[in-house]
Amino acid sequence: MKTSCPLPKFDFDVITLGHGGGGLLTHRLLQNGVFDILGNDLLDQQHDGASFPLSGNVAFSTDSYVISPFIFPGGNIGELAVNGTVNDLAMCGAIPKYLSLSFIIEEGLSMSDFFQVLLSIKQAAHKAEVKIVTGDTKVVEQGKGDKLFINTSGIGIIHPGASIHHKRIKPGDQIIVSGCIATHGIAIMSVRKGLEFETTIVSDTVNLNHTITGLLDRFGNDIKFLRDPTRGGIASVLNEVAELTRLGFSIDQNNLPIMEQVEGACEMLGLDPLYVANEGIFIAIVNRNVATDFLAQLNADSNGTEAAIIGEVTLDHPGKVVMKSRIGGKRVVNFLTGDQLPRIC
Amino acid sequence: MKHLSEYRDPGLVQQYLYELHRITQGSWTLMEICGGQTHSLVKNGILDMLPPGITMVHGPGCPVCVTPVSVIDEAIYLAQQPGVILCSFGDMLRVPGSSTNLLEAKAKGADVRILYSPLEAVQLAVANPSKEVVFFAVGFETTAPANALSVIQAHKLNLSNYSILTSHVLVPPAMEAILQDQENTIDAFLAAGHVCAIMGMEEYYPIAEKYKIPIVITGFEPVDLLQGILMAVQQLENGEYQVQNQYARAVNRQGNILAKETIHEVFEISDRTWRGIGNIPCSGYEVTEMYRKYNSRLKFDLNLPYVAENKECISGAIMKGLKKPFQCPNFGNKCKPENPLGAPMVSSEGACAAYYHYASTQVSQYS
Repeated sequence: MKTSCPLPKFDFDVITLGHGGGGLLTHRLLQNGVFDILGNDLLDQQHDGASFPLSGNVAFSTDSYVISPFIFPGGNIGELAVNGTVNDLAMCGAIPKYLSLSFIIEEGLSMSDFFQVLLSIKQAAHKAEVKIVTGDTKVVEQGKGDKLFINTSGIGIIHPGASIHHKRIKPGDQIIVSGCIATHGIAIMSVRKGLEFETTIVSDTVNLNHTITGLLDRFGNDIKFLRDPTRGGIASVLNEVAELTRLGFSIDQNNLPIMEQVEGACEMLGLDPLYVANEGIFIAIVNRNVATDFLAQLNADSNGTEAAIIGEVTLDHPGKVVMKSRIGGKRVVNFLTGDQLPRIC
Repeated sequence: MKHLSEYRDPGLVQQYLYELHRITQGSWTLMEICGGQTHSLVKNGILDMLPPGITMVHGPGCPVCVTPVSVIDEAIYLAQQPGVILCSFGDMLRVPGSSTNLLEAKAKGADVRILYSPLEAVQLAVANPSKEVVFFAVGFETTAPANALSVIQAHKLNLSNYSILTSHVLVPPAMEAILQDQENTIDAFLAAGHVCAIMGMEEYYPIAEKYKIPIVITGFEPVDLLQGILMAVQQLENGEYQVQNQYARAVNRQGNILAKETIHEVFEISDRTWRGIGNIPCSGYEVTEMYRKYNSRLKFDLNLPYVAENKECISGAIMKGLKKPFQCPNFGNKCKPENPLGAPMVSSEGACAAYYHYASTQVSQYS
């Protein structure tokens, strides 16, 4: 499979309402663009849906992507939409196989931007070894969307060694984060309108499925829980699982991996990195006995070089996440209410 | 941020704590003025590390918290007017007015923009000549220079579609109002370092002298705060009452002269109503007569009916240091960040929000 190809030639510089109308323009856009770039044996059937055999337990997940701006430092909405759903499946302990892909395009989107996104989708799908097997394209009037929205849904087959469930979490289990926190959220914020600041921080969006499969191969059911802490950051994931298990989650600020630049940007903007969105990292809760080996394997993987054990599950403070601060004090890490809003001074 | 790590050094923190435990004989109540200091104390778990004789109470230095309901209502009213773009710092959006907040108004179609600087609002006015751009100019002495500068810049550009809705408040009059309260128990103040970086130290000497109270100008990092507390307790244990400067890396005696000149160019001292505290004479800034066309209140002829504060919210007692957030019967149940009775629960610098979000397990047992 080729991972790069030139932009196809079109009569239009921008997407118009006609491209979503189902007529000739739609046909051309799909034939010369989408199918040509993303084609595979299942998509090429061009039915109303894809049909394929599956065996074993499956995981099924869906997510919508509305990121603004849709092209950002380190990536664009296309690879985000592939990686996001691939990672959601991986967090279920599944090996992702097939994705659906739907576009909602605001009229006026430039054709070259659209194809940049399509190419990223192709490359991300190739890297994650998943097939785009069905999809949809709609065009809405100007002002009724924000340039480009994408929905992807995905199906994966549960890894035979996986047993991911919050009910299996026990006191003493170790909490591991696979990489630096808050990088993606700050990369996006650095280019958001009205907030531009100069930085070299780029999004860490990446597919994590191969990393997860490698860990499941070796550690199997010693891995109790996996989650990618996207919106709401690691604080939200830990709070959700604390609430579900009624166990205490204790973390140490000194062990949290965070890039110096990201921490500086958070200081400047008045944001708490614990609540800032992530893309290319996951949180794992694993049996204490395997934690060191798990971390060593992760550290040897390109997606886990900064991974660290950040804390453990405890019987203390049930249902609450408590963080030991850098200076040795303790604080509760709570759910966030709505978005973090920048402060006055 | 490398330059911050030295002020978060666990070894230094332990040294200051050791010294503080060693010298504290009496029982002292200290008020930190600024909400940023409150959050740092709570977020770093410092309150639980202090000697039992030291009680920290949390002051009124959260601009969002002290902005009265009536001013929030003015902002919401303006945002709802056709052709108006209301610009605000993000913090203000969830603060409850008498019936709604700016975030809800925005969801219902009002053009409300979150900005980081009033100068962006001026740019917005340039780019949208057919719209009226209003900047919600809230804050203590810290935000006043930039807000004033926006008016000066709009004036230079001869803009007729830019104005500011002020709710500017000042620290020293609030300190005096707190000290004059019969119930106050405050033995020393940690003054707000960034306010003094603008205004300097002069205003604090008469207060220290008149009320015989130590005032230590203090920064925001753990080491700053512990050093500030130590300096205040040393004075208290020795029976002294001086103005001291812990935050010397940012504050000098005369302050930032250029910033003060900018303030005085555009603003004059005025009376202000503080949420939960009431009217404090000469405790804020209003746009001077010379720049009156940039004053949203005059421009839009604002004259909304007076609205009383929500009586269930004890923010006044909290900001005067008379009560701790968890001593409020509504804390954490009827009043939460998602459904606040008052501003201190929603502002990122509010004392109630600090306790709700970060308070250590020990403290949160009270909630």
